Amino acid sequence: MMAIGVWSATAMIATVVLTSTAGEVLTAAAMKQVGDLDEIRARSGMKGAIKAVITCPLFFAGVGFLAAAFFALLFALNHLNLSLVAPASASLTLVTNAIAGKIFLKENVDRRRWAAALLVCVGVYLLAH
Amino acid sequence: MAHHKLSARQYLILGLVAVCAPLGDTCLSRGMTQVPDVTLASPGSLIAAVFTPWIAAGIALLIGFFASYLTALSWADLTFVLPATAFGNVIVALLSRFWLHESISLERWAGIALITLGVGFVAQGPSLTERPASPAKEPERQDPDIKEPPTKRPDVKEPPQEDPDVVEPDVKEPGIREPEPKEIAAR
Repeated sequence: MMAIGVWSATAMIATVVLTSTAGEVLTAAAMKQVGDLDEIRARSGMKGAIKAVITCPLFFAGVGFLAAAFFALLFALNHLNLSLVAPASASLTLVTNAIAGKIFLKENVDRRRWAAALLVCVGVYLLAH
Repeated sequence: MAHHKLSARQYLILGLVAVCAPLGDTCLSRGMTQVPDVTLASPGSLIAAVFTPWIAAGIALLIGFFASYLTALSWADLTFVLPATAFGNVIVALLSRFWLHESISLERWAGIALITLGVGFVAQGPSLTERPASPAKEPERQDPDIKEPPTKRPDVKEPPQEDPDVVEPDVKEPGIREPEPKEIAAR
């Protein structure tokens, strides 16, 4: 399985991490634009909630990137060991998302959240390794 | 609305996010190992892989994950939801330990401890970044506790309004009459 060079393995994992980060940031921005889904559903039912989500263009941008990330992950899983791809992409995504959330979503990433992102990042790596 | 405290329902949604994601991924990885090598030259084999049972089950779980994930993101920050829901990995590891009787290495126990610690950190903080409320988005809310001033009831007669400015005409009281001149003379 590991007949693949370090660089192509890195490129595959980087593709998964970057596309999923882009997808998650765009999706999060879309959902903030849509507003509290529980409230929307209480007001106008499940149909109203679905309509609110699928009429948001940012949502499709996010889903597009998430789909790309999904297929990139399937592709990588087919060429690399699960014990490398899953922990590496899951844990790196946590850190890139904390950075992207601070820069693009202007979220309040305080010391507590940095600590959480790093601890969970290492933890996920150890657990999935 | 208080953003710091999550309701039981919101914890349930975070729980669904946490559990569906790793279970779905497990199904996917199990399915992908049974599929012949996928290369860029044969993208059709990737589409065919979607319809094998394990991958289909994984996709169904991930759809459930995605619906709850979107709901969670609608009321919480991305940097809150992601670490908090990573706890699902711990749940799955513990399930495989006590349900499937798989052994957990020291390394994995360390991972479980770190994730739990990280989730504890993030869960103590606010779930949503406070922003100044934009007046366009916040609807004018009618507070049910504040009542309109009571309207006049038609069945209750208002007391006649006394106007202090109106000068009363100098009327003599009808019960007391002025003495007649002959009465005065008789005294």
